[in-house]
Amino acid sequence: MVHKSADEKLLSDLRSFLGDRARNGDFELGLYSKDGSVLKGDPMIVCLPLNTDEVQQIVLACRKHDRPFLARGSGTGLAGGAVPIGEPVVIATAKMNKILDIDIDNRIAWVEPGVLNLDLSRELSPLGFHFAPDPSSQQVCSIGGNVANNSGGPHCLAYGVTSAHVAAVEVVLPDGRVTILGDLTPDSPGYDLRGLFIGSEGTMGIATKVAVRLTPNPPEIRTLLLDFADVRDGAAAVSAIIAAGLIPAALEMMDQRAIEIVEAFVNAGYPTEADAVLLVELDGLPGGVEHGVQVIRSVAESHHVGSVRVAVDDSERALLWKGRKNAFGAVARIKPDYYLHDTVVPRGKLVEVLEKVYQIADAYDLIAVNVFHAGDGNLHPILAYDSEEKGVLERVQAAGRAIVTASIEAGGVLSGEHGIGLEKRDYMGMLFSAHDMATQDLVREALDPDGFANPLKVLPSGSRCSDSFGQHVPEGAWV
Amino acid sequence: MNRPGEVDQKVVEFAELVGAVDPITVVGGRTQWAVGGTPESGTREVQAPAGIWSHEPEEMTVRCGAGTTLGELSEQLARYGQMVPFDMAAEATVGGVLSVGHSGLRRLKYGHIRDLVLQIRHVDHSGQIVSSGGPTVKNVSGYDLCRLMVGSLGKFGCIAEVTLRCLPIPAVAKWFTGVLDPFEIFNRLYRPSAILWDGNRVWVCIEGVESDVNAQASLFDFEEVAGPPSLPSGGRLGVEPKDLRTYTQNDEDKWVAEVGVGVVHSERPGPDRSINAVNRSLMKDLEKRLDPNNRLNPGRQVLV
Ligand SMILES: Cc1cc2nc3c(=O)[nH]c(=O)nc-3n(C[C@H](O)[C@H](O)[C@H](O)COP(=O)(O)OP(=O)(O)OC[C@H]3O[C@@H](n4cnc5c(N)ncnc54)[C@H](O)[C@@H]3O)c2cc1C
Repeated sequence: MVHKSADEKLLSDLRSFLGDRARNGDFELGLYSKDGSVLKGDPMIVCLPLNTDEVQQIVLACRKHDRPFLARGSGTGLAGGAVPIGEPVVIATAKMNKILDIDIDNRIAWVEPGVLNLDLSRELSPLGFHFAPDPSSQQVCSIGGNVANNSGGPHCLAYGVTSAHVAAVEVVLPDGRVTILGDLTPDSPGYDLRGLFIGSEGTMGIATKVAVRLTPNPPEIRTLLLDFADVRDGAAAVSAIIAAGLIPAALEMMDQRAIEIVEAFVNAGYPTEADAVLLVELDGLPGGVEHGVQVIRSVAESHHVGSVRVAVDDSERALLWKGRKNAFGAVARIKPDYYLHDTVVPRGKLVEVLEKVYQIADAYDLIAVNVFHAGDGNLHPILAYDSEEKGVLERVQAAGRAIVTASIEAGGVLSGEHGIGLEKRDYMGMLFSAHDMATQDLVREALDPDGFANPLKVLPSGSRCSDSFGQHVPEGAWV
Repeated sequence: MNRPGEVDQKVVEFAELVGAVDPITVVGGRTQWAVGGTPESGTREVQAPAGIWSHEPEEMTVRCGAGTTLGELSEQLARYGQMVPFDMAAEATVGGVLSVGHSGLRRLKYGHIRDLVLQIRHVDHSGQIVSSGGPTVKNVSGYDLCRLMVGSLGKFGCIAEVTLRCLPIPAVAKWFTGVLDPFEIFNRLYRPSAILWDGNRVWVCIEGVESDVNAQASLFDFEEVAGPPSLPSGGRLGVEPKDLRTYTQNDEDKWVAEVGVGVVHSERPGPDRSINAVNRSLMKDLEKRLDPNNRLNPGRQVLV
């Protein structure tokens, strides 16, 4: 790889305009070697730009010194998208965190990529609006990361994922040119490069400004908690609610183990003796919400519901959601480490695949906890483990692969919202043919012909012609 | 199920029909045939396979041949109280509507039609089948080539098969009209399905349960009508939603604008809109990569 002297030249080039915002101390390099996944990489230098110009200059400096680069938001990604492979320069957007303009007439806000998802919705709230995608990590994840991963969240069931809520993105392309993809008109001229960029996981350039759509806050919200003595009834109720022609704003499920852990953590009064609970939210105009509550009650009753709890006020509603949104953190109570999966299956296959998940966990002697976006069939099995245990990582990896295989066999897909990144890159062939992937690569290369932007992600190396910076998931990438 | 190697036989046959050699174009219902110009003479015309191949009402997804007409699609879905809100002519085909990529009249509520597409199988310039997206209602596996196909006027491939997300048909859908300020309506109604405005009169579509529709409608001095006005069909242009406030056109021309969206239906085509040099170069490069021999819809232009 590149010689040490070249690195120092790059560092001094970067320092010439970033000063001490170009860093290579052990602390930063350690911090930025990982994201929310269980993978680990090797950053060379970490940069903290303040604006588009600086991002552009960093990209140009990297090109001059033949060094790949990688955009990073808050590092909460779960597929290793922000894990630096091939010793890239990490471009962290943490200091690009301003909301630039709120344009109510166009129902648009222009924001910098480092703005945190929840901060944006908080800022919009007094104006009567919010940003619809609400990942469970919304307190900490960045809009740039949401765009790169085309993130979802509980309320994306009714409102759609990030792509439907972004009108335009300013991008520093991998060759250093700056452009805006999409615009605020209804039909941006030419091909939909905006749509292509969203979800490209940082491999097509760096988002430096994002025009997000504002969604009006609903006049009425109702949150319900349903409990079931048999997880199969709960899962069947999910399908039945949708089949009844109702699309709730959110429809989340927790299994018995999740309920237990979460209840011990937040004391929200979740029924710990239940086999599964559904957290359902309806929003909109009062008549529609009331009608929805009736439909849910009757579907739940015909599926042997234990009880139906309707939150009486905002604080009870917040409490019910607190349980859901802190579920992953609560897992730490049973084991210090967890590996969070993300696949989607047809709703009708939820029970079948859930049962397989339990079998797989048993077979590999792991604990599986399920908290997930049931309404769109988006499973999130959590495998809890202790990384100190000898050989446990091999078991976690093998179990992960088995879960992905089971989901695909049930007619599902590799990922519903966390992305492919590094974690699932080598699984792409389970869903796509070699020619499908070659076509995807052809398209990616139109934006990054030399493979500088977040190399070695998304597509397995065989399908990429321009992997100049190494080939395989490096040994030891698994933490 | 939709894994590699499990492609419908009709798609395989369509790929053989498309072949790998001569200039080719897919003909749908010819309802928007002229958008982007017509293909050069000598271009072979083929039709995409038609038919609904699977509709799973509980999954709210439907998989069909790209040559399926919207009429056939909505008839099938309506039996289960479902729809795909394309809002285009019944003779138009699913593949044609997506290739042109114009949104429907109820975009204000349901979003752009590209967000209803879950999976596309197309035949590329070399006659090979390419799948992108996935069959489930949520999916971020791989690059989003589906988005790229929508609005590409067939320049990247011949769409063979499409999987779409379905929505429930609302209990009540009513149209109202009045001589009112459309921007006030936009600000006061909660997520109406459409607000149309011709500079004088407003038409509003409100959907939902009866009590909500009536309550929303009672906020303004509306008169109920059967449906939207007939739209001028000569041209379609787009402006930022806020610029509609100051939108004026040649007085002799009729126009109807979609308030909150920014689409303007007019009698004459709008001016060509410029694409900045960087985006144009990226788009040209994509064209060259995905159609190196310029055999897909030659003469038709996305990049005017
Ligand atoms: C507890 C927990 C719960 C979660 N719940 C959800 C959920 O409900 N739904 C969901 O979708 N996800 C969820 N996630 C995953 C994660 O939070 C999202 O993917 C999030 O959008 C990542 O944002 P980030 O700022 O942390 O990005 P990072 O992790 O920093 O980066 C993610 C990817 O985006 C790229 N990137 C970042 N910024 C830019 C930029 N400006 N330009 C170009 N590329 C960029 C990176 O290169 C990387 O590939 C969860 C994660 C955790 C830890």
